[in-house]
Amino acid sequence: MVEAEKVLTSSDVHLFYGKKEALKGVNLDFNKNEITALIGPSGCGKSTYLRCLNRMNDLIPDVTITGNIALNGKNIYAPNIDTVELRKQVGMVFQQPNPFPFSIYDNVVYGLRLAGIKDKATLDEAVETSLRNAAVWDTVKDKLNDSALSLSGGQQQRVCIARVLAVKPDIILLDEPTSALDPISSSQIENMLLTLKDKYTIIIVTHNMQQASRVSEKTAFFLNGELIEFNDTKNIFLNPREKQTEDYISGKFG
Amino acid sequence: MKDPIKESLLKKSVSAKRETRGKIISFSFTAVIVVLVVTIIGFVASRGLIIFFKDGVNPIDFLTHSVWSPKKLDSAGHPLLGAAPMIVGSFAVTVIAALIGTPFAIAAAIFMTEISPKWGRKILHPVIELLVGIPSVVYGFIGLTIVVPFVRNISGGSGFGILAGSFVLFVMILPTITSMSVDALRSVPRYYREASLALGATRWQTISKVILRSATPGILTAVVFGMSRAFGEALAVQMVIGNAMLLPQNLVSPSSTLTSVLTMNMGNTTLGSTANNALWSLALLLLLMSLVFNFVIRAIAKRGEF
Repeated sequence: MVEAEKVLTSSDVHLFYGKKEALKGVNLDFNKNEITALIGPSGCGKSTYLRCLNRMNDLIPDVTITGNIALNGKNIYAPNIDTVELRKQVGMVFQQPNPFPFSIYDNVVYGLRLAGIKDKATLDEAVETSLRNAAVWDTVKDKLNDSALSLSGGQQQRVCIARVLAVKPDIILLDEPTSALDPISSSQIENMLLTLKDKYTIIIVTHNMQQASRVSEKTAFFLNGELIEFNDTKNIFLNPREKQTEDYISGKFG
Repeated sequence: MKDPIKESLLKKSVSAKRETRGKIISFSFTAVIVVLVVTIIGFVASRGLIIFFKDGVNPIDFLTHSVWSPKKLDSAGHPLLGAAPMIVGSFAVTVIAALIGTPFAIAAAIFMTEISPKWGRKILHPVIELLVGIPSVVYGFIGLTIVVPFVRNISGGSGFGILAGSFVLFVMILPTITSMSVDALRSVPRYYREASLALGATRWQTISKVILRSATPGILTAVVFGMSRAFGEALAVQMVIGNAMLLPQNLVSPSSTLTSVLTMNMGNTTLGSTANNALWSLALLLLLMSLVFNFVIRAIAKRGEF
């Protein structure tokens, strides 16, 4: 078997909120065009870890991060790294659908307009492609000028995903993207993720173990700020190596 | 025979009685306020409408003519009451003050909420609160001693006029607009900021394209609020505007506003005279304008809900 290409690597990542250590030395690598799920109970550090990957934690005061996270071999915490460029390459979808209070169209082209693209044809095309890829084009194509806030939660979340896709990132981080949605919307988003992985590397934090097992190739189990186990999703769910993983998977805690 | 359970269920409990009492108290106080407001409006209207009904002044002439001399009669025998100079003066100082004030206020609000919240809280916020608390006579006094001579030096003339009035009002409404804009910016949800930054926006792009845009209804409300304050401000304006009941020729010619005419003249007219009633008409106009400002604020708030 050919060794998969590692697009994002992290080693010995520690994160402190003030004095409190929230991540205790995480080593985790992500393969290109794979979906990796991060699971674990609340407060285990999985979201915190995810937010390290596009440096969203920088926005929180009093956070210290040590260790090494490299995107395509380049340390993203190096002093000369432009977080703006980084976040274009590493897109993020949040737990709560958070479209801007603009029209659907303006939401999707937001990132492109930031980059200075003004050509109407380019923008139109990007809107259609992104919304198609986010599996929401058919629902919204006739009301692109309506407020994105008028959509249902599931539609809003897919518009948010389209907004990220439009920027053409290499990696998409999803922080419990379906936890605020109903089961039907959730499964639509799961299906969409499966179609996206040919083009993107996807890292998804999820509370929902069934979701992890349905969508991901690899699963990482976090507990109390530590990475307990990282393996193929199949192995994690069927033959966990660690006792704690097994207990969590089987619902003994969490 | 008495059934104690039935009795206790049918009797009003202590907390239910307290609730009724609370409701009655708050209702009666509210009722007093409502009655007060209605009486004030009714009184102003009853006085303010006399010149139209009794003296036969045409309301359109009242709004558009520019000669104000209640003791003289025109050819048709109606008193000469043209409020246009004051109306123009009031709108001019209000609009100019808002035009100068808004950019400063928004800049200060952005600085306080987005760029340096720490400094904003520690220094700017107290300063702004202080500015709100300064009595308007002090503003007027400063305007009289500093702004008026300054305008005089630059433009010649007396220095009294719309420019001086606008400048004093600009300083007076700056804190109002700023602190309300701060509230508007603070109420922009954090996740808009996060979403924007996560899409590769710089901080400035986030501020200008997302935060300001989402806060626009709130900021507009702040501006209209400031304008309504400027429109209604009497003392400080009266001290620097020159109080000539003439249509303003330019920004530095002495002129007047609705409020300045009221404060200047209310002591000099006898109750019930045409001159006095005409002042009530100006007061009614002011009241109606503040009503309009309120409607505008409400309309903005409604549209802002998206």
